[in-house]
Amino acid sequence: MSESSSVGVVSPKTAHFSEPLTLKSGAVLPAFDLIYENYGKLNADSSNAILVCHALSGTHHLAGKYREDDKYPGWWDNMIGPGKPLDTDRFFIIGVNNLGGCHGSTGPISTNPATNKPWGSSFPVVTVEDWVAAQARLANHLGINAFAAVMGGSLGGMQALQWTLSYPARVRHALVIAAAPNLTAQNIAFNEVARQAILTDPEFFGGDFYEHDVVPRRGLRLARMLGHITYLSDDAMGEKFGRKLKHDEVEYSFDVEFEMESYLRYQGDKFAGEFDANTYLRMTRALDYFDPALAFDGDLSAALKVAQAEFLIVSFTSDWRFSPARSREIVKALLENERRVSYAELTAQHGHDAFLMPDEHYHAVIRAYLERVG
Amino acid sequence: MSAPNFIQTATERRDFAAIARWIAPKSKVLDLGCGDGALLGYLRGSLDIMGYGIEKDDANVLACVKNGINVIQMDLEAGLSGFEAQSFDVVILSQTLQAVYHTEHIVQEMLRVGKEVIVTFPNFGYWKHRLAIVIGNMPVSRNLPYQWYDTPNVHMCTIHDFDDFCAGHSIHIRERLILTDGKPVNLLPNLLGSLAMYRFASTLA
Repeated sequence: MSESSSVGVVSPKTAHFSEPLTLKSGAVLPAFDLIYENYGKLNADSSNAILVCHALSGTHHLAGKYREDDKYPGWWDNMIGPGKPLDTDRFFIIGVNNLGGCHGSTGPISTNPATNKPWGSSFPVVTVEDWVAAQARLANHLGINAFAAVMGGSLGGMQALQWTLSYPARVRHALVIAAAPNLTAQNIAFNEVARQAILTDPEFFGGDFYEHDVVPRRGLRLARMLGHITYLSDDAMGEKFGRKLKHDEVEYSFDVEFEMESYLRYQGDKFAGEFDANTYLRMTRALDYFDPALAFDGDLSAALKVAQAEFLIVSFTSDWRFSPARSREIVKALLENERRVSYAELTAQHGHDAFLMPDEHYHAVIRAYLERVG
Repeated sequence: MSAPNFIQTATERRDFAAIARWIAPKSKVLDLGCGDGALLGYLRGSLDIMGYGIEKDDANVLACVKNGINVIQMDLEAGLSGFEAQSFDVVILSQTLQAVYHTEHIVQEMLRVGKEVIVTFPNFGYWKHRLAIVIGNMPVSRNLPYQWYDTPNVHMCTIHDFDDFCAGHSIHIRERLILTDGKPVNLLPNLLGSLAMYRFASTLA
């Protein structure tokens, strides 16, 4: 089924918003673009739309391919398509690249119309709340008053949760997967190491490396390598790589000796070649700042009082970066507010990355939940 | 939205109806070990309750989601630490008592979290069960459908045993109802009753 049920060849669209957007930091974006994709058909009363929010390094390209011979489809192709858990025969599904991104929405690599140069270091720091506000503009643009569901994993799950707080009447269901109500100190620490790798790269030039025609590749590469370590579980790494050697024998050098190193270097190089350093800094900061309970003296239950949506919360047992205990905090706060909520704690060995994996039971739970979303 | 897909016998519906008589309309209800959510679905339909189930088994959690029942996947044996004291009007343990390991702890947790508690369990003292043992076999019945080698039940008890448990733990029984085939049994309940139902008030209330 998964092979035959693709959304096929897709192409992105860009929406321009000329009304200024005041960000949480107080900075004002005079105008901005959002690049997005959609799959399926919007029904007559615009009630079948699902917004899928992306995580740290995700994009608006959720499913399908741009060309038949693309090597890989969109990042959540196993979840989205005709007959898949997010069934494009029933739903109108939207993916959008977040503000500050580097895949087509206005971000640090875009040209600042005031200077005619890339925004670079002057692009403001954006937050989850800002993303949701920008996504709401896109919903208006598409004529969608309320989403049937808003959904996402990791940082995407935080956006889904924020939607229910920023626009309670505009979300009927929120699917919050492998997320947390805020980051732990350990998580902020990982983000800080990743940022330091970028900030201290001599080719970063304080964020204005574009005009020097260089990319802080080493910093991005290290940041991504660190990230990858934390997205996997010890067991998953052990199973995938173990202590397997790259060559038949060790070479007593600092070249790649172990398969694990080879994988990390490959992932780091690939990422450094396609992702923007300024975007990476801002995405990790958005994670750090997300904390809806902060304005309520740390009382998450009070923070979620405004939510009206029904919720599906999903976590994965081996996810140590966004552990099940963090998802249970969200569940507890929703229970205290008597919101309709279901919570699935899925047995998985892939760590945080499990939310992207095509696990049969995981997909069955998402499918079953969405079957009841009218 | 599709209709819930519960398979129920007439007896099961009578058992559910008996539980429903102890619950006020629109109550906030927690069902521990809720299975596919059939009881919560019944109570929602008949009393418009706000119900939540706790269930550890993947297949049951999936069934609850399919049936539109709010379900929280967790292991009861770990207690109800994520739940505030007195945060539910009613906490139910329906035919699950015999399958839990930390019986005393779970009953105490129910009395902490619920303003009222309902416990039901298959009476091991039911005459058919006694007869099976006299003949020389472990009992197998509608309420005890498992063979000795595949049963999840670890703490079987009789009505007498449970009365003693309540007395020994200073648990005040508000009401007790004994059923066989969904009908009340008043004569020799520990011998003639197959399903025992107890209603307690929380000590914190």
